[in-house]
Amino acid sequence: MSNGLQTVSYIAASVLFILSLGGLSSQESAKRGNIYGIIGMFLAIMATAFGGSTHGHGILIASMAVGSLIGIIVAMKVEMTAMPQLVAILHSFVGLAAVLVGFGSYLDAHTQTLQGAAKSIHLVEVYLGIFIGAVTFTGSIIAWGKLQGKIMSRPLMYPGRHAVLIAIVVASMAMLIRFLDMGTDAGLQILIIMTVLSSIMGILLVMAIGGADMPVVVSMLNSYSGWAAAAAGFMLSNDLLIVTGALVGSSGAILSYIMCKAMNRSFFSVIFGGFGAAEGAAAKPSDQAIVGEVKPISPEETVDLLKESKHVVIVPGYGMATAKAQYSIFELVNRLKAKGCDVKFAIHPVAGRLPGHMNVLLAEANVPYDIVLEMDEINPDLPETDVVMVVGANDIVNPSALEDPSSPIYGMPVIEAWKAKHVIVSKRSMAAGYAGIENPLFYKENTRMLYGDAKKTVDLLVASLDK
Amino acid sequence: MKVGIPREILATESRVAATPKTVQRLKKQGFDVYIESKAGDQSSYSDKEYQEAGATILSSASALYEAADIILKVQPLTKGEINLVKSGTLVASYLWPAQNGELMNLMADKKINAIAMDAIPRITRAQKMDVLSSMANIAGYRAVIEGANHFGRFLNGQITAAGKVDPAKVLIIGAGVAGLAAIGTANCLGAIVRAFDTRKEVREQIQSMGAQFLTVELDEDGATATGYSKEMSPAFIEAEMALFRAQAKEVDIIITTAQIPGKPAPKLILKDMVEMMKSGSVIVDLAAPTGGNCELTQPGEVYKYKGVTIVGKVDQLPAQASGLYGNNLCHLLDDMGKAANFKIDMNDDIISRAMVVHDGKINWPPKPLSVAAKPAAPKTPEKPAEPNPEEISKTNSRNSALALGALGAFLYLIGQVAPPDFLSHFTVFVLSCFIGWQVVWNVSHSLHTPLMSVTNAISGIIIVGGILHIQDNFTAPITILAVIAVLVATINIAGGFYITHRMLKMFRK
Repeated sequence: MSNGLQTVSYIAASVLFILSLGGLSSQESAKRGNIYGIIGMFLAIMATAFGGSTHGHGILIASMAVGSLIGIIVAMKVEMTAMPQLVAILHSFVGLAAVLVGFGSYLDAHTQTLQGAAKSIHLVEVYLGIFIGAVTFTGSIIAWGKLQGKIMSRPLMYPGRHAVLIAIVVASMAMLIRFLDMGTDAGLQILIIMTVLSSIMGILLVMAIGGADMPVVVSMLNSYSGWAAAAAGFMLSNDLLIVTGALVGSSGAILSYIMCKAMNRSFFSVIFGGFGAAEGAAAKPSDQAIVGEVKPISPEETVDLLKESKHVVIVPGYGMATAKAQYSIFELVNRLKAKGCDVKFAIHPVAGRLPGHMNVLLAEANVPYDIVLEMDEINPDLPETDVVMVVGANDIVNPSALEDPSSPIYGMPVIEAWKAKHVIVSKRSMAAGYAGIENPLFYKENTRMLYGDAKKTVDLLVASLDK
Repeated sequence: MKVGIPREILATESRVAATPKTVQRLKKQGFDVYIESKAGDQSSYSDKEYQEAGATILSSASALYEAADIILKVQPLTKGEINLVKSGTLVASYLWPAQNGELMNLMADKKINAIAMDAIPRITRAQKMDVLSSMANIAGYRAVIEGANHFGRFLNGQITAAGKVDPAKVLIIGAGVAGLAAIGTANCLGAIVRAFDTRKEVREQIQSMGAQFLTVELDEDGATATGYSKEMSPAFIEAEMALFRAQAKEVDIIITTAQIPGKPAPKLILKDMVEMMKSGSVIVDLAAPTGGNCELTQPGEVYKYKGVTIVGKVDQLPAQASGLYGNNLCHLLDDMGKAANFKIDMNDDIISRAMVVHDGKINWPPKPLSVAAKPAAPKTPEKPAEPNPEEISKTNSRNSALALGALGAFLYLIGQVAPPDFLSHFTVFVLSCFIGWQVVWNVSHSLHTPLMSVTNAISGIIIVGGILHIQDNFTAPITILAVIAVLVATINIAGGFYITHRMLKMFRK
C-alpha cells in the first residue's frame, strides 16, 4: 500500500472516530456511532498493517487474533453491574500498551539517527508517553481493584502524601534532563527507573481516592489513556494516533469535568489527583445535630402506601447495582403503572460507579428511557410526588448538601427526595454511604426505612402487589 | 342603573341571560332589573319567578331596550335589535368579533358599547366570567349523555347473574374544558376513558380526571401562549391519524372537542375511520357549530351512517346553562364596580380586551395576553455568603488572563525551538482536542457509560504504534514489546467495542 493511500485511510479513520463520538449525542444514533468506531478502527489497522514499513505479519495476525478472542469473551461474559471494573481494566491495557510502545520507540534504530532539537523533542515525547502510560496502567489497576472490592475503597490517607506525589514528579523531571544527554544503555536505565516511579505514582494517586468518587477517577483515567495514545503519536510521527488520542483525552476530561460539577468539586484537584470525599469528613463531625428518629416500615405497609399513590419517583443508587435489583424494580414499576400510577426514575449524575451507570443498568432491565429523568428535570416535580423510593442510594439524596455548610458534601446538587410527601429508603442497614457521613434524610418526619437487600425487598413488594 | 334582559329571538337559542337567582344577585349589586316577558320560557323559568325575585316584567322588547342602560344577552344583537338600542347602552353578549365585523360597525355607529363575553381573556382573574369555560363544561357533560343515549349498551362494566357486561370505551379528542368535563362524566358512568390532546401540558389534567392520556411519538407540542392549541405539522397529523385509526376500531364512543379559534374545526375523524368503527358506535361532535371534527358530521343533525350514530347537535341544557351564564354576567358587573361605582375602565386587562366596541370605536383584535402555564423554573440550591458577581468576574478574568498568558508563553517557546515537523503534528493535536471538546459536550447524560467504553475502545488505536514496531526478527526486544502491546491493545479494542454494542442494544424507548 502506498504512503498516500495510508494517509487517506488515516484521515477516513479519524473522521469516523469523530462521527462515532458525535453519534452518542442521542440514543437513536448511538448504535450507528459504535459501528463508525469499528469501521474506523478496522481501516486504521488495515492501513497500518499493509503500509510499506510493516514487517512480521504472521505474528501480528496471531497476536491480534488472540487479543480479539480474549476481548470478546470478556465483554460477553461481564455482567452489566460489573461494567465499571471492565472499563477500568481496559484502560490499564491502553496504559500498558503505551508504555511498551514508548520503550519500543526508544529502542528503534531510527531514534539513534536523530540529531539536535529533533532528537530532544523525540526523547521528551517518549519520556512523557511512558510516564502517562505507566500512571494510567497502575492507576487503572487500582481503580479496578477498588471497584471489584479487592482493595479497600476508603481513601488511603497518610501524612505528606501530596509531598510524595510532587517529589515523584520533580524527580521524573530532573531525570528527564539527564536522560536527554545519555547514550542508549544509560538512557534505558533512567527510563526504567522513571517507569517504576510513575507506576508508584499511579497507585498512590488512585489509592487516595474514595469509592464514591470512582466515576470521576474512571473518566479521568479514560482521559489519561487518550493522552498516552497522543504522546505515542508524537513519538511515531503518526497523525492518526495524535488525533484519536486527543479526541479520547478531551472526551475523558470533559466527562470528569461534568462529574466534578455534579459533585461540586474542583476540576483541577481531581485531574491532578489527591482529592477524596472523606478528606476531613471523618475527623470533623457535623455542626448540626440530627434531630428525629429512624422509623422502619414493613413491606406490607409499603405496598399499601404505593397502592394509594399517583406519582412515584424511584431514585436508584449503587445499592441497586450491587443487589442486581434493576429487573425486580422494573417489575414493580410495571405493576404500579398497571394500577394507573405514574412512575419515574430520577438519576443523579454521579449515581453508581461510572457516569451514566444507572442508565445502563435500567436499560438492561428494559426500562424505557423516557421515564428515566435527570436530577434537574425531576427536582421541580418532587413536591407533588406522593412517594419517593430511594433504592440503595445515600449521599445523592442527602439534605446536608443543601442545608449544612459544615458538611463535606455541602454544595453538591442532590435529588431533593425529602420534598415529596413520603420517602421510602430501601437500605441494608444504617451504615453511612461512601462519603462516610450521616444522612439526615433518614431521620426526617416523612421518611420510612425499608431494611433489607434491595432485590429481595423489591421482590417482596412485587409479590404483595400481585396478591 | 337599569339592567335589561331581552328574550332571545334566535329560534335555536334556548338560554336566557338571567335566571331568578341571578336577578336576585343583580338586585343585591344595586341594579334595577327589567326583563322581557317570556324571556325564560325555554329555560323553564316563568315570569312569575322573575317577578318574585324582584325583576320588573316588560311586555315588549322595544320597551325594554328603551328602559335599560345595560343589556345582558346570550346571542349577539341582530340588526333589528341594534335599531332598538339607545346610544350609550352597554351590551354584554356573545359576539364572535372575528366573524361579526359588520354588526360591530353598526354598533360603533350607534355608539353602543359592546362587551363580547367570548372575548374575555382566559386569565386566572377572569375565570369567574369565562363563559366559554362554563358553557364548554356543560357541553362536555352533555356530550357524554348524548353519546350514552344513542349508545345501545351500558357504559360501565358489570357482572350480573344474567352475564358479564364489558365496559364501554370512550375516546375524547381535545382536553380543553369540554374534553375534561366529558372525561369526568364518562368516568363517573364507569366507561374506560382515553383522551388525546396535542398539548403535552394537559397530560396531568387528563390523568387527574381519570383517563388514559394518548399521545403520538413525535416531539411536538401544540400549546400556544393563548391557551388554545395551534395547528400541527403534517408529520404530526399523520401520526395522529394513525392513532385515531387504531382507536376507531376499538372504542365505542368518540367525543371530539377540537376547535381552533377563528378557523373551521380541524377534520380529525375521516370517513374511513367512521367505517372502521363497530356498528352501534356513536360519535358526538362538539365542534359541529364550526364545521365539525368528523368529516361526516352534519351540524345540527343526528343521523346514522353505516350503523354509526353521528351527533352534530348537543342540547344546551338551558336551565343549567342560563344559570351559569347569568352568574358569569353577574361576576362581570361585579368586577366593573356594581351599580354604585359602575365604570368602564379601559386600563383593566379584562375589560380592555372584552370591550370590542367602545365609544364608537372598534377595539379588535386586542393585545395578546399569555395564559399558558409556564413550566416551573428549575430551582438552584441557594448558597449563603456567595461572593458577589463582580468579584467572581474579576477573579475569572484574572484567571483567564493568566491562563492566556501562560498559553502564549508556551506557544512562543515551542515556536522558538521546535522543528517544523513537530509543529505540524502539534497543530493536528490542538485541533483534535478542540473537535473532541465540541463533540463530547453534545453527548447525552444517559450515554456517558457507552461514551466511556467507546472512547476506551478507540484509544486502543495505540495498537498502530505496536504494529509499526514489529520486526521480522522475532527475538528482538523491540518485537517482543510490540507484540505484547498489540495483544493488549486488541483486547481493549475488541472488548471495548463489543461491550459498547451490548450496552447500546439495551437502550429502548
